[in-house]
Amino acid sequence: MHRPGMLSIWFFIGLLLLAYGILILGAGIHDLLSPPEHPVVLAELHAGIWWGGLLIAMGVFYTLRFRPGRSN
Amino acid sequence: MQAITAFTPALLLLAAPSHLLTLSGVDLAIIVLYFFSVLGIGFYLKKYTKTGEDFFLAGREMTAWVAGLSFLAANLGSLELMGWAGATYQYGILAAHWYWIGAVPAMLFLAIVMIPFYYISKTHSVPGYLKLRYGEPSRLLSAVSFGFMTVLMSGINMYSMALVLKVFLGWDIYFSIWVSSITVALYVGLGGLLSAIFNEVLQFMLIWLGAMLVSIIGLIEAGGWSGMVARIHANFPSQNYTHMWSTLGSFTDNPMGINWVGIVFGLGAVISMGYWTTDFLVVQRVIAAKDLRSAKLAPIIGAAFKMAVPFIVILPGLLGLALLDKPGVHVLVPESQAAATGMHSYNEVLPLMMQRYLGPGLLGLGVTALIAGFMSGMAGNVSAFATVWTYDIYRAVFRKEAPDQHYVTVGRWCTILGVLVSIGTAYLVMSFKSIMDYVQALFSFFIAPLFATVLLGMLWKRTTPAGGFWGLLAGTTSSICMWAWVKLDPTAIRYIALSPYAKDMAENMFRALWSCIICAVVTVVLSLLTRPKPENELAGLVYGCTEIPSEGYLKIYQRPIFWAGVVSGVFVILQIIFW
Repeated sequence: MHRPGMLSIWFFIGLLLLAYGILILGAGIHDLLSPPEHPVVLAELHAGIWWGGLLIAMGVFYTLRFRPGRSN
Repeated sequence: MQAITAFTPALLLLAAPSHLLTLSGVDLAIIVLYFFSVLGIGFYLKKYTKTGEDFFLAGREMTAWVAGLSFLAANLGSLELMGWAGATYQYGILAAHWYWIGAVPAMLFLAIVMIPFYYISKTHSVPGYLKLRYGEPSRLLSAVSFGFMTVLMSGINMYSMALVLKVFLGWDIYFSIWVSSITVALYVGLGGLLSAIFNEVLQFMLIWLGAMLVSIIGLIEAGGWSGMVARIHANFPSQNYTHMWSTLGSFTDNPMGINWVGIVFGLGAVISMGYWTTDFLVVQRVIAAKDLRSAKLAPIIGAAFKMAVPFIVILPGLLGLALLDKPGVHVLVPESQAAATGMHSYNEVLPLMMQRYLGPGLLGLGVTALIAGFMSGMAGNVSAFATVWTYDIYRAVFRKEAPDQHYVTVGRWCTILGVLVSIGTAYLVMSFKSIMDYVQALFSFFIAPLFATVLLGMLWKRTTPAGGFWGLLAGTTSSICMWAWVKLDPTAIRYIALSPYAKDMAENMFRALWSCIICAVVTVVLSLLTRPKPENELAGLVYGCTEIPSEGYLKIYQRPIFWAGVVSGVFVILQIIFW
């Protein structure tokens, strides 16, 4: 899409992934500090922490790369 | 190709006394954020959706990547994720045929052979191409059947989604139907195809990021691929769940009750070709591309990702066989048995694996992936319906000449109407659950013959309008008759599928094959007996009468044909690895 002023879809995706990453990382850290009574299988992998981190990294990349005003 | 998914969500309701998954506050926040995001995109894009070209074809400005991901996401919706994960638990890796031979060759064929004609003819839709090639009767036959079936499928999917949310999350069925349908109606009604495509790309990302983790952690638990295969063989030493071709020599050698002829010719050559090359739900995304090269690249990009989808759909089913089951015992059972015993059914394998591995936050992302899948499929149906109704029925029959803005308004109202009819269908299905079986079968009636009609029209200039119309009608009618024959006399399957040992899946494949052949034969015979169109009327529509625009000088890695070759090579390697 190359319409003047229109935000890229990748910018929206970046924002959402960033928000999801923060929420999931936060939940993962919470579980690390106070483990739940009934943990999931392989909870010791702390998937929430590294998956949340991955989402944040992707979110930051897409948000900056496709931010308004930057020529893509 | 949801029409051939052996998933009956209605039985889930009977099978599960209480909901499977419990969401935390973080999970709910993730789901709510998703709904606000898709609505926000719809409102944002409304100001960019002014003309008919904007609303119905997203301004024909999509890049190859956006068109390609949207092309795939429109199909990833519906019951795809859960249905095929369940089918894998039941049939093993054979289910991956629906992602590989049942998709990749057709997508590449669309890209290289058919897209130039769709794109150069500047048609708004597949029925629109039939109008240009064969005339008004063929367009109307195709448009009415497509519109009718699309909106019914949309309703069935909506009902299925609501049912799944009720069973797995305990949500009220009416609440789910209305919230999801109002969301889709709003964002498609506001931004048209542009909004549908934007949201489909977003949904595509969420589906992957939400579902992939189950496979990754599952493989870690199983000890990698080889560990998983070893566990499956240890659990079921007499069954072969991990090979794709070696068990297809005969109908009795595999749990699906099908042979290689049905898979290669029925699925690969007819059903898959028909769906991926003539179903406007997916083709619409490709013809919205900004230029011919992007339009050709889009299905190739879609094919590359389609080959990877088994990682998030097939693998959880196999992991279920390896990790949930005990030696010689399936923990999950058919839906009918689950309904009677209260056990979990095959189709619950994906939510069960989510429950097994995903903690707070990740579970919300996983459930969002399921909802995103359902909504992308529903939006695909609704946007395609609005286009076909407005351009191929309303403009063709009711009001031929009107300002462009009038058709945009009609398109917006059609979107609302399509969603309302879908809701009506969802309520109807709630009362008459067997409708699901019939409508899913009906949907497949039109796809296989339409492929023969479109392909002959594109590749053979001798095909005439009468041949095209009567061939399509004969193919569809014969398909309905074969289906009714087997319904009335189940032993007739020996004639349709050429074996008394064939099962439902084989009947679907062979019925499609026969209806396509009947359509082609009738079209060819009638075309030879009637007068063809003059060649000057076939320019831009038929091979041999159309000058395909040069792509100019492009480096080898910029050419669609190069990437089609790469995808083909990977496809062949995958067949050999999993033979």
